[in-house]
Amino acid sequence: MSVLVYSESENGKLKKSSFETASYGKALSQELGSKLICVSFNCSDIELLNKYGADKIVNVESSNLKDFTAKTYSHVLSQVIEKENISVVILSSSADAKYLGAYLAGITDSSYISNVVALPESLNPFIVRRSCFTNKAFSTTEINGNLKIISISSNSYEINENNGDGVIENIDYNEVSSTFKVSNVEKQSAKVTIADADIVVSAGRGLKGPEHWHMIEELAEVLGAATACSKPVSDMGWRPHSEHVGQTGKPVASNLYIAIGISGAIQHLAGINSSKVKVVINSDPEAPFFKAADYGVVGDAFDIIPELINKLKARK
Amino acid sequence: MNILVCISNVPDTTSKINFTDSDSKFDKNGVQFIINPNDEFGLTKAVWMKDSNKASVTVLTVGDSSADTILRKCLAIGADKAIRIDCEAKDAYSVAKEIVAHCESIKYDIIICGRESIDYNGGLVPGLIAGCLDYNFITNCVSLEIESGKAKCAREISGGTEFSECDLPLVIGAQKGLVEESDLIIPNMRGIMMARQKPLDVIKAQNINSRANDKKFFKPKEKGEVKLVKPDELDKLIDLLENEAKVI
Ligand SMILES: Cc1cc2nc3c(=O)[nH]c(=O)nc-3n(C[C@H](O)[C@H](O)[C@H](O)COP(=O)(O)OP(=O)(O)OC[C@H]3O[C@@H](n4cnc5c(N)ncnc54)[C@H](O)[C@@H]3O)c2cc1C
Repeated sequence: MSVLVYSESENGKLKKSSFETASYGKALSQELGSKLICVSFNCSDIELLNKYGADKIVNVESSNLKDFTAKTYSHVLSQVIEKENISVVILSSSADAKYLGAYLAGITDSSYISNVVALPESLNPFIVRRSCFTNKAFSTTEINGNLKIISISSNSYEINENNGDGVIENIDYNEVSSTFKVSNVEKQSAKVTIADADIVVSAGRGLKGPEHWHMIEELAEVLGAATACSKPVSDMGWRPHSEHVGQTGKPVASNLYIAIGISGAIQHLAGINSSKVKVVINSDPEAPFFKAADYGVVGDAFDIIPELINKLKARK
Repeated sequence: MNILVCISNVPDTTSKINFTDSDSKFDKNGVQFIINPNDEFGLTKAVWMKDSNKASVTVLTVGDSSADTILRKCLAIGADKAIRIDCEAKDAYSVAKEIVAHCESIKYDIIICGRESIDYNGGLVPGLIAGCLDYNFITNCVSLEIESGKAKCAREISGGTEFSECDLPLVIGAQKGLVEESDLIIPNMRGIMMARQKPLDVIKAQNINSRANDKKFFKPKEKGEVKLVKPDELDKLIDLLENEAKVI
């Protein structure tokens, strides 16, 4: 009975989340007294996973698996699961990993649980802690079933180094046929995404119009941050939908979340609650967001942001 | 073309989240339930496809009779028919398996779910249905067009959009972008009247065992007091973020 970690890569390089999942997988495999097997697809720096304690590393190399698809990747993983006698699968909470996890659960009839925030509280019965009601609450949840799939919330588990001496193996697998074809991918290159960012700079209706976003982008650039926005801002088309965060948008679990001209409605807060440190800049001292913030500045964003940018630049 | 839209009945976003039975159950007392927002984007798209693709639209929920109100609302929005699989929705696994059992007896060309529900945010149901039925599957779906039996779709991915094509049958996880917020249909009087004539079938559940059982709920710790910094002391803010919070 081993633990399998699906190690995500992008353009052939491991993503940061794959070190989080490997660290979690290692700790769990030690508790279970089992081995940690990491699986990646078309990845060139997979040996890095040894630093996090992999006992075996499987690299699936195939030009047919160049594009991520939940279906074909799941079928390959299900073959590894069977061959390696896997009892728990660990995934990150990226959009792709959650996409894959649900489908994999379907074809393997396993028990899938997402938004897990810590190592299991007990192994027998198997009890995990997860966030629910969009971070307004947590639950301890018992999972039944022989094969379990756990997707862990981003930034909820610390990356731990742990020497491993995993041999890298290539595997034979049977390809599944699929009519699903990726025809094109459009990516804004160079931009940090909300899911991967350590810092997120977010702005709301207080910014008054899309023409004022240059200062938000500049602040984000100085901090190496991703940009985000409140729901009305994306509904009005000031910013793309992909930047909408909150209960009905994207979740944010960054180390630092800076909210500018956002009132702090309950639906907004629900989505950003699991960010570690929150800074609020708002002209209204009564804005509800201040109650949910760690640091706050009461004042006009149009004065504060340019000055903050200058000071941050000067500091570098 | 037959479209099934799976609807989840979720607490209104402004609901106070409380628990009963020694914190083991969600307290429904005084809570208003709504159509899960991601499902509503999917439903709106399906209603449009009645015109563009001559589709027939069935909405389905797994739940007890308290879910009938939102099913009627879905009919008023424009669905042709509603089905309720009669049992308590225990977890995503048992819900998905109930839907799978229904879809094995009645074939749908497209099964639309929300990408995730706003109560448990599991995102499990659409993938599980697709995996069990061996259908194609696209989640975080922001565009869907059907032409001569083939689907052209777009999926929001980290930092961009992925365009794809596949055959039907297909399961999608809908989200904003598939239709816009301003496209959502507010039922009018005529829709509400017509909804009363449309069928709402209650069917027997398979009573599948759940796989995830919540033992205890708890709320996050209350936040400490916010530290305010004056607008003309931004150096102090930078210092706090750098040396106290250690986040920059
Ligand atoms: C079902 C449902 C789901 C929802 N889901 C979400 C969601 O996922 N995400 C989300 O964000 N919202 C969501 N909402 C909307 C939410 O209720 C709020 O309406 C929204 O978050 C408000 O956005 P805002 O803070 O940008 O705007 P406002 O509430 O208008 O706040 C603007 C703020 O800017 C401040 N301001 C104005 N001028 C300045 C200035 N010069 N300098 C500094 N501050 C200034 C004001 O004091 C005010 O606090 C949802 C609503 C519903 C009903």
